Amino acid sequence: MSEDSLLEVLEAHGISPDYLPGTTVSRREFLAALGGGIAILILVPSAHGQPPGVRGPRGAGREAPTEIGGWLHIGEDGAVTAFVGKVELGQNARTSLTQVVAEELRLKPESVALVMGDTALTPFDMGTFGSRTTPYTVPPLRKAAAAARELLLDLAAVQMAVERSALAVMDGKVTHAPSGRTLGFGELTKGQDLVQPIPADTPTISPADWRVVGQRVRKLDGVSVVTGQKKYASDLKRPGMLQGKVLRPPAMKATLTSVDTSAAEAMAGVVVHREGDFVGVAAPSEQVAVAALAAIKAEWDRRPLVTPDALYDHLRRTATGAGRDADSVGSMEAGLAAADVKLQQTYTLAYIAHTVLEPRSAIAEWADGNLTVWTATQSPFGVRSSLAGIFGIPESRVRVIAPDTASGFGGKTPGQAAIEAARLAKVAGKPVRVAWTREEEMTWPHFRPAGVIEITSGAKRDGTLVAWEYHNYNSGPAALRTPYAVPNRVVQYHPCDSPLAQGAYRALAAPANFWAREMHMDELAQALRMDPLAFRLANLSDARLRVALQTAAERFGWGRLAPANGRGYGIACGLEKGGYVGTCAQVLVDKTNRQVRVERIVTAFECGAVINPLQLENQIEGATVMALGGALFEAIKFDEYRILNPTYSTYRVPRFSDTPRIEAVLIDRRDLPSAGGGETPFCAVAPAVGNAICNATGVRLRSLPMAPDGVPA
Amino acid sequence: MVELRVNGSTHRVDVAPERTLLSVLRDELDLTGTKYGCGEGQCGACTVLVNGKPARSCLLPVASAEGKDIATIEGLATDGRLHPLQEAFIELDAMQCGYCTPGLIMASVALLADNPDPSEEAITKALEGHICRCGVYQRIVAAVRQAAQAMKGGAR
Repeated sequence: MSEDSLLEVLEAHGISPDYLPGTTVSRREFLAALGGGIAILILVPSAHGQPPGVRGPRGAGREAPTEIGGWLHIGEDGAVTAFVGKVELGQNARTSLTQVVAEELRLKPESVALVMGDTALTPFDMGTFGSRTTPYTVPPLRKAAAAARELLLDLAAVQMAVERSALAVMDGKVTHAPSGRTLGFGELTKGQDLVQPIPADTPTISPADWRVVGQRVRKLDGVSVVTGQKKYASDLKRPGMLQGKVLRPPAMKATLTSVDTSAAEAMAGVVVHREGDFVGVAAPSEQVAVAALAAIKAEWDRRPLVTPDALYDHLRRTATGAGRDADSVGSMEAGLAAADVKLQQTYTLAYIAHTVLEPRSAIAEWADGNLTVWTATQSPFGVRSSLAGIFGIPESRVRVIAPDTASGFGGKTPGQAAIEAARLAKVAGKPVRVAWTREEEMTWPHFRPAGVIEITSGAKRDGTLVAWEYHNYNSGPAALRTPYAVPNRVVQYHPCDSPLAQGAYRALAAPANFWAREMHMDELAQALRMDPLAFRLANLSDARLRVALQTAAERFGWGRLAPANGRGYGIACGLEKGGYVGTCAQVLVDKTNRQVRVERIVTAFECGAVINPLQLENQIEGATVMALGGALFEAIKFDEYRILNPTYSTYRVPRFSDTPRIEAVLIDRRDLPSAGGGETPFCAVAPAVGNAICNATGVRLRSLPMAPDGVPA
Repeated sequence: MVELRVNGSTHRVDVAPERTLLSVLRDELDLTGTKYGCGEGQCGACTVLVNGKPARSCLLPVASAEGKDIATIEGLATDGRLHPLQEAFIELDAMQCGYCTPGLIMASVALLADNPDPSEEAITKALEGHICRCGVYQRIVAAVRQAAQAMKGGAR
């Protein structure tokens, strides 16, 4: 496709060329490299591309009714390449998105290339988080591939001068069955220079006819992983690259009062840069950078933090009124008056860390006032926006490339390392890499919020819920509302002042809200002397959630298992991000040392049509393991100045021996649109385990992590 | 000057003897399949084999590896043929982000050399020092079991 034909299409749709990725120069190079052929543009309402609270994707204040959400190109050699702004983080979007394209073009997944997360090559995307890739990127990408197929059929009908209805697409060719003639994709696209948006009436392949989607396709780049050839951001090098290190304050809240960098500056090849509280060095090797940093004398003015013993009171004291997603119906007073059983409980949760195995890193390189950054991030466009703002340059002069990244879990959204590397590279006049240490990675990003959750509830003797008052302090509004039918309810999330930096973590606050709610549901069931499953079902009208819960229970053997000898069973469920989950847990609590061993987890999950059962099972298993950490033992420890456990030797994460037998049961609903699967299967694990611990021991643990030192006797 | 024998080839590198083997492999020899995860020997991402035994290259001074056989993930496939462990990890999808995978495979090579038919418990014990934050542990244990079976059947 040529720039002219692309611009024509954009003009016809009222889209400014400024909304194309990359600088004018790189865009031309890119289009020239792609060459002729055909391109299908995915046009989306700009709302998809507008991250809340982030400056306009291409400069503030501009209006864009429509923008490009992705594109698909078939070159004159027949090569199929799709471009999306999403990032591969290990969730395996690379494989699932490729499957969707391959399906509509009747290709093998290996025949499709997918370019991801590069602000110069891929269209704007707000970021890879919130289980959004499957529901928001799959449908338009599917349509784009289908539109390309239809266009190839049009071209073939003309070139062969045959009835279009007698043509079929298969294995990179269009075949005319009556005559046996075929034309390859390359033969059809040769000499073409066609760019078009997706026609509204583009037909997609019916789920009943799927051959690639719904299949257990293995990770497409698995060979590069197991041979060590896969390059993450931290594996890249640039010619003449220096190693950067940043001076960290001795306290979480501190201001630089004086600094002496003379000794560092005297070291051979070392560049020192100070800008406000930022002090960094760039040196020919990491070892020299470390030595230079150590030679800097700095004085800081430290400000104390609220300490953990005062944390929950502090959160409650600084709470504001109801935030997002408040829900209020009926009268709590009337509801409680009608209740036979009333309960009031408080649940608390600690800050936890993402502890991604690949600490964040970036390489920054300046050339002619243009900045290129390679960095491990979930949000290359957000990082581009931050960099443009900090350096006061247009976003078109910044290119951010996010190579496949080794997990993010919500932690790799901001671009701290990218900003640090860019600052140092600008002063050094050479490319600079900043690669965070484990300790930096577990100190300076944000944490999963701590919180307090208060629940007041009432139920009738027959198990009917009649009152539900729920206040979440600081932890967040995700999955705040109860899925159970209650005629009288008040549900509110209250933003509070957090002593530590906090933000997104896998599934946001949904695991916390699931945990408190589902623990409380068990407490009510206990007070009513009802079976926890029966009590839930009695108050649950959502058909999809009932199926997920009942499927988990059946597969687990719920009702046939009675607690004995320290062994107990628990159940929990809920819905979030368009997915429906039921989880059952079996735990064994050691009679002497009171340690919890989670022996078995069964999770039934329904998220519409399953694109790749193998990868979805893998996500469920992985989410289960990760969730066990926050459920049982993970917690960030801090005093009035510092994080006290920023290492793997001091912050425990789940390991091989913590892993139970995990059974992932997929409920495939091909009649429903696909929702994401990386987050929701995380959510019901902690309450199922907490309920199982109570079932085993009679001890109700209302604080996350629940058993860092075992279950109290 | 340090002389290192890595994957059968000899390299002379001009580095301080106290540099870690990990930093020399990655920064000097561009063998980036071996990863940095923690720098304190707690996560296993940097695992290589030194004389056939798993070693945490993030803690190992390069001088102490001199004269020894160092094996990294890049040298495991021979003549374009994947090792049975590599095949099993792919086949069972025993990875997500893949960052921990090279270290786990190298540790498993050593395990299977010592114990050609390890139980699930033996695998768990041998790999307990490795962290997979994506939580793929169950699949990794199954992959090591599968590779052990394949190797008994004559592969390698």
